[in-house]
Amino acid sequence: MASSIPVKEEKLMDVRLGQLSSWIMIQDFTPKGIPGAFQRGYYQYYNKCVYVKKGGVAGISMVLAAYMLFNYCCCYRELRHEQLCKHH
Amino acid sequence: MNENLFTSFTTPTMMGLPVVVLIVMFPSILFPSPNRLINNRLVSLQQWLVQLTLKQMLITHNYKGQTWALMLMSLILFIGSTNLLGLLPHSFTPTTQLSMNLGMAIPLWAGTVITGFRHKTKASLAHFLPQGTPVPLIPMLVIIETISLFIQPVALAVRLTANITAGHLLMHLIGGAALALTNISAPTALITFIILILLTILEFAVALIQAYVFTLLVSLYLHDNT
Repeated sequence: MASSIPVKEEKLMDVRLGQLSSWIMIQDFTPKGIPGAFQRGYYQYYNKCVYVKKGGVAGISMVLAAYMLFNYCCCYRELRHEQLCKHH
Repeated sequence: MNENLFTSFTTPTMMGLPVVVLIVMFPSILFPSPNRLINNRLVSLQQWLVQLTLKQMLITHNYKGQTWALMLMSLILFIGSTNLLGLLPHSFTPTTQLSMNLGMAIPLWAGTVITGFRHKTKASLAHFLPQGTPVPLIPMLVIIETISLFIQPVALAVRLTANITAGHLLMHLIGGAALALTNISAPTALITFIILILLTILEFAVALIQAYVFTLLVSLYLHDNT
């Protein structure tokens, strides 16, 4: 099924897996483009999950879970030695 | 184990880039600014909490002191949210670093002292000698009051650092002990685990209380000087 929108203007969640590499290459990597992408992503998430009429704990919990995962990735190198296995 | 205990207090880097800047800026995302007159549930709740704290904090100040409202509220929100985020597993807490706490305490304290000396010079100098001291003791007491003045920012910073660091260290130690005891003796491990839960509840309280104490003391120094 061919989409009528050009690949560049599609949001990340709408891009098909096969088009992902071409989407990444086309994106704007200028100093103005990258913060713009972060800002757009932030507002998309915020308006969809947090700034709703009857917001709950789910929107912020997802952010905190992602933050935990990010921190785990940052200190994985030190934590690797603590794995519960017989031979390290 | 000794090396592992303190690695959680080193500033995080990812491939050589300091990630600590992102971590310090992260709590600001969790406080969205109200756009409308009547907001959604979450933003209204935050607004209500902030106004409650604001009224409580500013009730003792005069007009001049109340110009510091934004500064004090930002301070308590930042320290409270940073301390609470530090209780998540694997996270880095910026307020465990003495450098950061000194960076917050010294300018704020200096601001209050300089404000006092600029606007009420005589009253600020009079603080160096308490009322009713016997005449022979005056030189010594002036020296002691000067030292106590200069120690205020150091005490502010070290109090916050020590409390949060000690709490995190205790949690690491007791958690490690509980894990190690599961193979040796299950009832002891259970008791240690219950202690860990109680400690975590205490740490939640300490996180908020330390933020409050820091801001309250700055507000007190401000009150003395305006």
